[in-house]
Amino acid sequence: MSLDRSDVERIAHLARLQIDEQDIPTYTENLSSILNLIDQMQQADTAGVEPLANPLDAVQRLRADVVTEPDQREKLQRVAPAVEEGLFLVPKVIE
Amino acid sequence: MFELTLAELAAGLRKGDFSSVELTRSYLERIKAEDGRYNSFITVTEEQALAAAAAADAALTAGTATAFTGLPIAHKDLFCTDGVRTSCGSKILDNFVSPYDATVVSRFKQAGAVMLGKTNMDEFAMGSSNENSYYGAAHNPWDLERVPGGSSGGSAAAVAARLTPAATGSDTGGSIRQPAALCGITGLKPTYGRVSRYGMIAYASSLDQGGPIARSAEDCALMLNVMAGFDPLDSTCLEREVPDYTATLDQPLAGLKIGLPKEYFSSALDDQIAQRVRDAVAEFEKLGATVKEVSLPNTELSIPAYYIIAPAEASSNLSRFDGVRYGYRCEDPKDLEDLYKRSRGEGFGAEVKRRIMVGTYALCAGYYDAYYRKAQQIRRLIQQDFIRVLNDVDVIMGPTTPHPAFRIGEKNNDPVSMYMEDIFTLSLNLAGLPGMSVPCGQVDGLPVGLQIIGSHFAEAKLLNIAHQFQQATDWHKQAPAGI
Repeated sequence: MSLDRSDVERIAHLARLQIDEQDIPTYTENLSSILNLIDQMQQADTAGVEPLANPLDAVQRLRADVVTEPDQREKLQRVAPAVEEGLFLVPKVIE
Repeated sequence: MFELTLAELAAGLRKGDFSSVELTRSYLERIKAEDGRYNSFITVTEEQALAAAAAADAALTAGTATAFTGLPIAHKDLFCTDGVRTSCGSKILDNFVSPYDATVVSRFKQAGAVMLGKTNMDEFAMGSSNENSYYGAAHNPWDLERVPGGSSGGSAAAVAARLTPAATGSDTGGSIRQPAALCGITGLKPTYGRVSRYGMIAYASSLDQGGPIARSAEDCALMLNVMAGFDPLDSTCLEREVPDYTATLDQPLAGLKIGLPKEYFSSALDDQIAQRVRDAVAEFEKLGATVKEVSLPNTELSIPAYYIIAPAEASSNLSRFDGVRYGYRCEDPKDLEDLYKRSRGEGFGAEVKRRIMVGTYALCAGYYDAYYRKAQQIRRLIQQDFIRVLNDVDVIMGPTTPHPAFRIGEKNNDPVSMYMEDIFTLSLNLAGLPGMSVPCGQVDGLPVGLQIIGSHFAEAKLLNIAHQFQQATDWHKQAPAGI
């Protein structure tokens, strides 16, 4: 499996990652070699094998639908880059 | 004092040989004097440590102390610590002072432990060398030009350099066992779900598991007694009784059945490491164990399966780092997309970006069956191999790593050759099994680790086996030159 420059640009966009122009060739090469490694999987015969998502085949535990968390807005927002009146600030998104 | 184990330190505190404040001050001074060579700590928490030590001394005097009261430890810097920076080895969290404690951290606090600081690690636990840290590589105390392993490289280097008697680590594909092997110390990756992941910054949620790193199996047992157990805050943490892991350490090993997978002694394995492992197995035979060859035929497939599953889960987990709610934000974003892209692009290092992109690619519409589903099927095959073998033998033994510690920079530009170093450790995470690494010899002055693998929830058995080995040998007592 070999990627080209436009594949890497598309993946980086989907992942919302800015990649420096000069680094794209290295990423292209590295990602291609990683995907080649991964392609070894295709040799395995997995017909009829049930996928394993949780190593103990456990399912999500449910809890009673009651409020258990106190309001910690102020404490949790103290680590945010920009906050005003209890809201997270981002660049304008609606014209 | 720096050669004493946790168990010996606990006895010393009770006898009044030293106070917890004296012990803590000694370690803090040693870190200050020595860690320039190892770069094993990202943050040292002197003030909090001395306060916790004073409280521990009061508890010891009052007679309210428990097994861990007053013992110093360090936490890998992916465990959230209330009021203390939790960087995860990344620029993107360089300014993140956690507003809460991870469950592992709060359990140690409640047990009276003294946190000396937060240890260096590969960024977001992605790496096998600690070279992927925003804070620079950590150095192996056995040879400063070599890596300590990763991703819990700082924890392993600090324990090996006697800068802390023990440390926590996390293991997603070998990140406790591999650095323990390369630094000549003892580490345990518990069964998936045995230790709470709450507040342990997520890399690959179906594989991540926290565990102890120390200088003996007995000390790992003392730590696991504190760490293990149900936590309602982690939906995958298991509601299952926790035994006293120190209670069964002394059980004799007569009749123990050991399996040696033929695939682990392949051409990929350094000949001298193979010999050290066989010598260790011979030691177990002297202790009454029997040995047979077994087969784990899908071992090689663990590498490609892991490098789909872990990046896929990482690409999802790490989407939370967006420059909005916490962590690094780029300067002057021109719009929201620019804010996301540059905050993440400038905040994450190269290996993290590679893994996010591999995961993003694998989860793209249309590729799911070929990659993620296929990898999860292989995961089932790997688990079935282990279950079949562990129905026949009590434990599996083999090498932890194919080579001893490599040189800093040696594999840095070739991610695939770095990934191959994980060949013996990845499969346990895929299967959710517990495993230990125990020092079992040296090759050219560098430590070698014996890996011991057990069935789900066999931690007590692994610790018993490792402890008996450490009663019969002294590899775990060897210190790097100049320490």
